[in-house]
Amino acid sequence: MQRSLYIDPQKCTGCLQCEMACSYENEQAFNPSKSRIKVFAFHEEGRFVPYTCTQCAEAWCLHACPVEAITKNPATGAMEVNEKTCVGCKVCTIACPFGTVNYNTATGKVIKCDLCQGDPACAKACPTGAITYVDSSWTGLDKMRAWAAKANTAA
Amino acid sequence: MIHRYVIVGAGPAGVIAAETLRTTDPDADITLIGDEPERPYSRMAIPYLLIEKIGEEGTHLRKGNDHYDSKGIRVLRDRVEKVDAKTKRLTLKSGGAMDYDKLLVCTGSRAVRPPVPGFDLPGVHTCWTLEDARNIARLAEKGAKVVLVGAGFVGCIVLEALALRGVDLTVLEMGDRMVPRMMSPIAGGLIKSWCEKKGVRVITSTRVTGITENGGLMNKLVNTLTGKPTRALKVTLNTGETLDADLVVSAAGVAPNIEFLQGCGLEIERGILIDHYMQTNVPDIYAAGDVAQGRDFSTGGLEVHAIQPTASEHGRTAGLNMAGVPTYYRGSFNMNVLDTLGLISSSFGLWMGVEGGDRVEMCEPDRFRYLQLQFDGDIMVGATSLGLTQHVGVLRGLIQGKVPLGPWKAKLMDDPTRIMEAYLACNFAARVAPKAA
Ligand SMILES: Cc1cc2nc3c(=O)[nH]c(=O)nc-3n(C[C@H](O)[C@H](O)[C@H](O)COP(=O)(O)OP(=O)(O)OC[C@H]3O[C@@H](n4cnc5c(N)ncnc54)[C@H](O)[C@@H]3O)c2cc1C
Repeated sequence: MQRSLYIDPQKCTGCLQCEMACSYENEQAFNPSKSRIKVFAFHEEGRFVPYTCTQCAEAWCLHACPVEAITKNPATGAMEVNEKTCVGCKVCTIACPFGTVNYNTATGKVIKCDLCQGDPACAKACPTGAITYVDSSWTGLDKMRAWAAKANTAA
Repeated sequence: MIHRYVIVGAGPAGVIAAETLRTTDPDADITLIGDEPERPYSRMAIPYLLIEKIGEEGTHLRKGNDHYDSKGIRVLRDRVEKVDAKTKRLTLKSGGAMDYDKLLVCTGSRAVRPPVPGFDLPGVHTCWTLEDARNIARLAEKGAKVVLVGAGFVGCIVLEALALRGVDLTVLEMGDRMVPRMMSPIAGGLIKSWCEKKGVRVITSTRVTGITENGGLMNKLVNTLTGKPTRALKVTLNTGETLDADLVVSAAGVAPNIEFLQGCGLEIERGILIDHYMQTNVPDIYAAGDVAQGRDFSTGGLEVHAIQPTASEHGRTAGLNMAGVPTYYRGSFNMNVLDTLGLISSSFGLWMGVEGGDRVEMCEPDRFRYLQLQFDGDIMVGATSLGLTQHVGVLRGLIQGKVPLGPWKAKLMDDPTRIMEAYLACNFAARVAPKAA
């Protein structure tokens, strides 16, 4: 069974535990600016929206990569960046229409959510259940993806 | 019946088309013909080879040694000399011929040198192929004097690689700023002053009028004996100034590789004209990548978008259509990202704006930060940025998704950096709406 991150902003309180957990898991530092999941604050509406890669079927990043540094993990379905192969050209960062691949100036490579090899730290850290790791076939998730896809069809 | 697909040109467009054909038509007979001696590679990776971030194998499009064999893709190192569209037969340089049912032309373009005396001298190199890269690496030693002609997109990428090799670098550009076809005057000017701060001499609005060999044999002999670089070349500018150089890198133009198609009756302007299905006007001939002039998503016109993402999308769409899965392509999206010695810039879509549209420009010259957004009504149509590395792709999402911004247009006009919030608010309105009481 393939699983995906499901985000329910209604439950997010903006505590940023997910950003902390993500940067610690992946960069060994509590540094939200290096987190692969980001919480956006809408102050006027009193809203927080956690946001990260949906591992979309189009895989814009993977197709744009000139050196095969982004591949799909068959077990988790995540698009993963191979640090050794990545040359740091950043083409994936502009190709991803969701804005979820970022360039890390410290390493000269790109970073994106890889679902922590199937055990996402953000979901574990979320105290309110706003981020959960659920069965991909769950309809709510399909809808969310379809929505995102509708807004972004180039081909 | 087994279909015979022949793909001419083994760059990214060709490789991706071949793979798409294999998955879509499992029984097909697929041949990929490329005239460069190396395994299919990515030109884009050349700058990283020059700075030794990767070796040559790091430029290869596919890493597995048996990648093509295992997919049943026949890779030929050969050059197609002629195509007879009537008999559907190719002539190869090695002497053979080959028949096709469907042909894909993705032969890219080649670097051309300016028609100025001296550009054919030894020590003057283009920067387009792996062979070029080896030649440049040989001459661009630490401390060598290098003159780079052309500060367009590819020129600027090469600029970084040369500067990082520690050469003494001068860049010449005919236009009034760096990357004039990708950056607004302010942004192009900021890139110039950034590069100058990093020790690169940048001369804009200037042309080379000639290159000559410096001194005589004696001079060279003395230089060789004293162990000093030979400074073998003298570059003369239209201002009258002359520059000594050990190496001149020419990044001043390209031309499509289409000569072998003469007599096919193909419609060609700046590239081979193709429709929304990557088809040319000649039956069973398709084109993709740098050599193709296809639909531009933003203008609806036909453009050559010589970038990796277009080569990839073209290749995939061509493969699907050739294999009989009609796949409509909305058009390629003009976008670039550039790193000039640590200053990262990007441009998207109609970054120069549209008539009657609105524009917002944010500029912090001291911090080298810049963001410009272009709108048509409440739809974003283009953008340019400097110093933006986080969530930059969302600019593509907003523009290519033609997201109606509604009230968020005013918010962006007020503070253009809120692009990510605008995207979330407009695409997932329900999720951003105030919490129910
Ligand atoms: C130094 C450099 C840096 C770049 N950086 C970027 C970047 O950062 N971002 C970006 O988006 N793009 C970049 N590009 C552009 C990008 O590399 C091209 O858009 C891309 O390579 C186009 O792919 P293609 O398959 O259409 O053509 P190509 O990669 O040019 O491949 C075409 C192949 O066909 C072969 N061929 C030609 N004629 C024949 C024939 N008659 N018979 C057989 N074979 C033939 C050619 O030799 C070549 O190997 C860069 C290019 C260069 C040179």
